[in-house]
Amino acid sequence: MKYVDEFRDRARAESLGRAIAAAADPARQYNFMEFCGGHTHAIFRYGVQDLVPGNVHFVHGPGCPVCILPMRRLDDAIELAEAHGVILCSYGDMLRVPGSGRKSLLKAKADGADVRMVYSTLDALEIARAHPDREVVFLGIGFETTTPPSAVAIATARAEGLRNFSLFCNHVMTPPAIRHILEAPDIDPAQAVRLDGFLGPSHVSSVIGSRPYEFLAERYAKPVVIAGFEPLDVMQATLMLIHQVNEGRVNVENQYARVVTREGNVKAQDLVAQIFEVRDTFEWRGLGSVPESALRIRPEYAAYDAEAKFQLTEKESRENKACECPAILRGVKKPKDCKLFGKACTPESPMGACMVSSEGACAAYWTYRRMETLAEMAADRAAAKVAAA
Amino acid sequence: MSRLTGNVEMAHGGGGRAMVGLIRNIFARHFANPLLAQGHDATAIAVPAGRIAVTTDAHVVSPLFFAGGDIGSLAVHGTVNDLAMAGARPLALTAAYIIEEGFPLADLDRIAASMGAAARAAGVPIATGDTKVVERGKGDGVFITTSGIGLIPDGVDIGPHRLAGGMAVLISGPIGDHGIAILSQRQGLDFGTTIQSDSAALCHMVADIVAAVPGIALLRDPTRGGLSATLNELAEAGRIGMMLDERAIPVRPEVAAACELLGLDPLHIANEGKLVCICAPQDADTLLAIMHRHPEGQGAAKIGETTAQNPGFIRMITAIGGTRVIDWLSGEQLPRIC
Repeated sequence: MKYVDEFRDRARAESLGRAIAAAADPARQYNFMEFCGGHTHAIFRYGVQDLVPGNVHFVHGPGCPVCILPMRRLDDAIELAEAHGVILCSYGDMLRVPGSGRKSLLKAKADGADVRMVYSTLDALEIARAHPDREVVFLGIGFETTTPPSAVAIATARAEGLRNFSLFCNHVMTPPAIRHILEAPDIDPAQAVRLDGFLGPSHVSSVIGSRPYEFLAERYAKPVVIAGFEPLDVMQATLMLIHQVNEGRVNVENQYARVVTREGNVKAQDLVAQIFEVRDTFEWRGLGSVPESALRIRPEYAAYDAEAKFQLTEKESRENKACECPAILRGVKKPKDCKLFGKACTPESPMGACMVSSEGACAAYWTYRRMETLAEMAADRAAAKVAAA
Repeated sequence: MSRLTGNVEMAHGGGGRAMVGLIRNIFARHFANPLLAQGHDATAIAVPAGRIAVTTDAHVVSPLFFAGGDIGSLAVHGTVNDLAMAGARPLALTAAYIIEEGFPLADLDRIAASMGAAARAAGVPIATGDTKVVERGKGDGVFITTSGIGLIPDGVDIGPHRLAGGMAVLISGPIGDHGIAILSQRQGLDFGTTIQSDSAALCHMVADIVAAVPGIALLRDPTRGGLSATLNELAEAGRIGMMLDERAIPVRPEVAAACELLGLDPLHIANEGKLVCICAPQDADTLLAIMHRHPEGQGAAKIGETTAQNPGFIRMITAIGGTRVIDWLSGEQLPRIC
């Protein structure tokens, strides 16, 4: 397959692996956060760790849209489907996430709610056209990549006079979340991982461009390399980060130049700005309240805003206390550090969000690296026993 | 084109003349064979001495007609292949229909014709059957359950108990065709493709396989859940591990492209005309050569080896040379594919 196979080529990967091993200083550790769940998935799906030396670490960030949606918002979506009787449409992964009482949208569907998986906001519009007597709500989640399609849906609905369509907007933004992780007032500094740089999101950057990351280099002295989602992209970007660290440079570099420009997709940005505005604050699962990190629908489009259209009840949604998703999403803990991992929490029966989405760190460790992870967990337990004795 | 017009009515399942007419005009016409001609409640079959394999399979595929097949041919292939995976030569099939009131008779005729043709091609008679009609809205067109019996040749003993480390793992051709063909025709997902289902009877190829290597350890058709589910089942049941090579696993470029686009893994996609074969390493080349001689074995390849270490784990050297575990599919990727 053209434009795919060449980015998964073994000879090139081995050659990049050798270059990384030659560049990495054995006397130090390199901790790079891949913000985006797409990168986490690529790293595990292709076993990129096996091709880089042991002192180059990938710290998995919170860039998985399904993982960071707080339980309360999911409970709201379930309420829309059950109590308000709407046709609730969403992307596939979202349907399996457990909300309060482990109830998911899929379970709500089994109990009789009209929940439908769609591949695109345009499918949701089609459902709205086909059911003029029903209210159709699209559960919009995701970063800057999925926001433009939601904006297009609202613009189209207005142009067509489609009054029975609305968006339950949960769109979030990448740069404020990265800033929040770096400032992380709630993280115990003793626990925190020292991050040496970031693998910047690829598809998000195709929309917003590389410019919004420049503050990371300027204000926080952290190098950023925007990387594509193929394994060779990740490896090349890692090499670029190692060079920056070794040379003491802090730049925003663009490995994904075949797609990403400094300015991004201005047309998409304009449409998003026309329909959405920034919320003062938004709760992220794992990160807590993050100021100016999410979007809401502008008042002039309130007719298409599910939050304005439907009276949602106040909820107190509680996470499972043992679930380490919050710390895992910040890169502070690893899935193996969670008591639930692989026992109460598996992809078949997920407790936390990181296990539900294929882009979540827990699902990646369980699905692709279970053997090694279980061995590490056994070793940790043995070490703890020795320490206790 | 069928000359039949009109729709299935409740009376077609009522036991009266309408039912007899339906059976005579559609099923008996397309399935004609001496066993069915006995016309009893149960058909008598002369069985040679030896071990008999028996299996059953319900088919609820949606859509009923898809590129490369339909529910009729699929219902024959599904059961014939289940028998073949025991190394058995199919002797006879049965077919039970649950038909929804209002289902076009022309479609039923088309399905029965396709079943008859598939059974003849597989060399197995449909020996008896049953027809029920349910009210409109209580079914979804037609569901077909087929059962089958087959004769296992002397000396053939196929099953997970035969698995051990150091064996060769073969696949009879490119994976994922059936699932992607069905998916591409689902409402709301049409994405114009030329991919055809691989639905096919594997019994002729299996007959040659067991004739050449009667001591073959394992045959299994990777249907629902795809290659990953099949191999994980085998690893658990046989208490072995496996190490595969991603680059050796055949996937058609159009299937790979559809999977990329939809975020699916070809390893999880269903097949209806492929088999996994696990054998002693010295038999691998012989078996691959046999598969390559059959149309349904084009593209057969050795994809890995079993290991005595890491029982229960299927691992794979990835395209770039890393390693990873191949897991079961969690949740449901696509309902009603067979």
